[in-house]
Amino acid sequence: MATKLAPKHAAAAVPTVGADLARRLLYDMMLIRRFEEKAAEFYALGKIGGFLHLSIGEEAVAAGVTSVLRPDDYAISTYREHGHCLAKGSDPRRVMAELFGRRDGLSKGKGGSMHLFDKSRNFLGGHAIVGAHLPLATGVGFAIKYQGGDQVVVCYFGDGAVAEGEFHESMNLAALWKLPVIFVCENNRYAMGTSLERALSETEIWKFGRAYNMSCEAVDGMDVLAIRDVVGRAVERARADKSPALIEARTYRFRGHSMRDPAGAVYRTKDEVEREKLRDPIALFRQRALGDGLVSEADVRTIEKDVNDLVDEAVVFADASPEPPVEWLLTDIFKGD
Amino acid sequence: MAVMTYREALNQALREEMQRDERVFVIGEEVGLYEGAYKVTQGLLKEFGPKRIVDTPIAESGFTGVGIGAAMVGLRPVVEMMTFNFALLALDQIVNSAAKMYYMSGGQYNVPIVIRGPGGPAHQLAAQHSQSMEVYFYHVPGLKVVRPSTPADAKGLLKSAIRDDNPVIFIESETLYAVKGEVPDDPDFLIPLGQAVVRREGTDVTVIAYMGMMYRAMEAAEELAKEGISVEIVDPRTLRPMDTETIVGSVRKTHRAVVVEAGAGFAGMGSEIAAFVTEQAFDDLDAPVERVTGASAPMPYARNLERAKTPSKDRILDAIRNVCSVARS
Repeated sequence: MATKLAPKHAAAAVPTVGADLARRLLYDMMLIRRFEEKAAEFYALGKIGGFLHLSIGEEAVAAGVTSVLRPDDYAISTYREHGHCLAKGSDPRRVMAELFGRRDGLSKGKGGSMHLFDKSRNFLGGHAIVGAHLPLATGVGFAIKYQGGDQVVVCYFGDGAVAEGEFHESMNLAALWKLPVIFVCENNRYAMGTSLERALSETEIWKFGRAYNMSCEAVDGMDVLAIRDVVGRAVERARADKSPALIEARTYRFRGHSMRDPAGAVYRTKDEVEREKLRDPIALFRQRALGDGLVSEADVRTIEKDVNDLVDEAVVFADASPEPPVEWLLTDIFKGD
Repeated sequence: MAVMTYREALNQALREEMQRDERVFVIGEEVGLYEGAYKVTQGLLKEFGPKRIVDTPIAESGFTGVGIGAAMVGLRPVVEMMTFNFALLALDQIVNSAAKMYYMSGGQYNVPIVIRGPGGPAHQLAAQHSQSMEVYFYHVPGLKVVRPSTPADAKGLLKSAIRDDNPVIFIESETLYAVKGEVPDDPDFLIPLGQAVVRREGTDVTVIAYMGMMYRAMEAAEELAKEGISVEIVDPRTLRPMDTETIVGSVRKTHRAVVVEAGAGFAGMGSEIAAFVTEQAFDDLDAPVERVTGASAPMPYARNLERAKTPSKDRILDAIRNVCSVARS
């Protein structure tokens, strides 16, 4: 089901990709994968607490979307946002330090895995009430238009948010007021343990865009180039005439909902998971890039070593960073007070 | 000084702040073409245009979130709730997004937003449109909560709220919009948030009250003056941050305290004021702090029941006489 797209909404012909771009896409996806594998290890060791939601299997969306953005474009996301934040350019060391709850974390250790913010990268945060950041994204779009800018804001959310009222309020407002908001639904087919079929009367999520007179499309969320293409066109339109878009990226999370649901085995079959792993976005793109001669085996090994080293360094940095001083409990509540 | 209504004072505050700062805009239901359900935004669409006076569909969570998102990236929204009862539909946005953004981002994204509109007991508006709403907000770290009782306060506090870099919940009252009073003309007339005011000086007992209850307490005080009881009335004006210093200072002087609140009482403003007065001024008290609160019932429609729901002048008089009858040690 996930790969069967309505023909007129299928991704357009794959655009030309240069070697630099191919390396960057591969690098971004491999960095996110490695970062999260490491985070899982350190969660098991008790260095990371709370909830930890991994996006392993979904990396093509973060990498593909970010590759068509400018640095001054905004992104806002959910609690499964490590990948979106890293792709936007945040320092992996500071992201890891945030997961460790340390003072050098992006949010000074006050946010944690679910609340990564990086103003220097226009990354407007991880938000952990499902659906609640869609109105925020709409407000960012409103502000861009108000200020006469030509940026766009990308709003990542999961299929679970589609059942929330705020999804519908936001779609209506963004379309009604013509705001440059790109709604990117990462449809991984399960809202925690509830499958699409058990949650939505219309499981083709992109179609909700039609009800709001919004440009809408589904795309293979495991194909980084297809995502680039579809989102790239939406971004161009949004810059040109401030029109919003709804893009449904059909993806899959290989891990459970969070580390407390490590296998995600209760609500889906092992066969299904194994079958989906054959669509691994990194393996698929690596194969394609090698086949097209965009990267060499040596390039892939170099990227692998680079991301491994960087993530190891991130762990060392995070572990060496002190806990936030206890006085910080009462700072950053009110600005200027 | 000009004499104007509470409604006009709010309108003037909005107009002046919009003239002063391009980033300020008003968003909400019926704020533009209709000129506000209670006419607080009258004339603003004509002066500032639809870019800055933004009519919304009925989507409280949506447009409140729009305000918060816009505030995160540099604008200064004033979100109007047609009545504060509707803010419950946006409670998640207010509590989980606006109040916590600055903290959970480690001080990167502040949210300079004002969420304003009428709340509290009104005239026969019944259960869903007539209730004290401040209690839902002042508990939350990261929110400032204002309840302005007079036209001058309405103007000076709203202007401060708009200039504040944090989320401010600003709850007006349907029953006060037509109240008239003197209001300074100075476009930089500001009343700082977190400052209580002594409305009436007295020596025997401190009554802490705001909004409609403040006016009722004033009437009670005039009556008690004839009995030789001198009542001091303190209006907190801002409930969070609360000016505990002015309140405790007054109680240290009078040795007695009565808190009047329109809300249902349990864990209400009166509980909090009674707690800090007792903690900070126990040795100065000649009698236990007395609370006069609304009945613990939803707001009824029938006139007689509605009257019985909120504290009457008689109940305020009784409470004051009661604390004053306790002999000074």
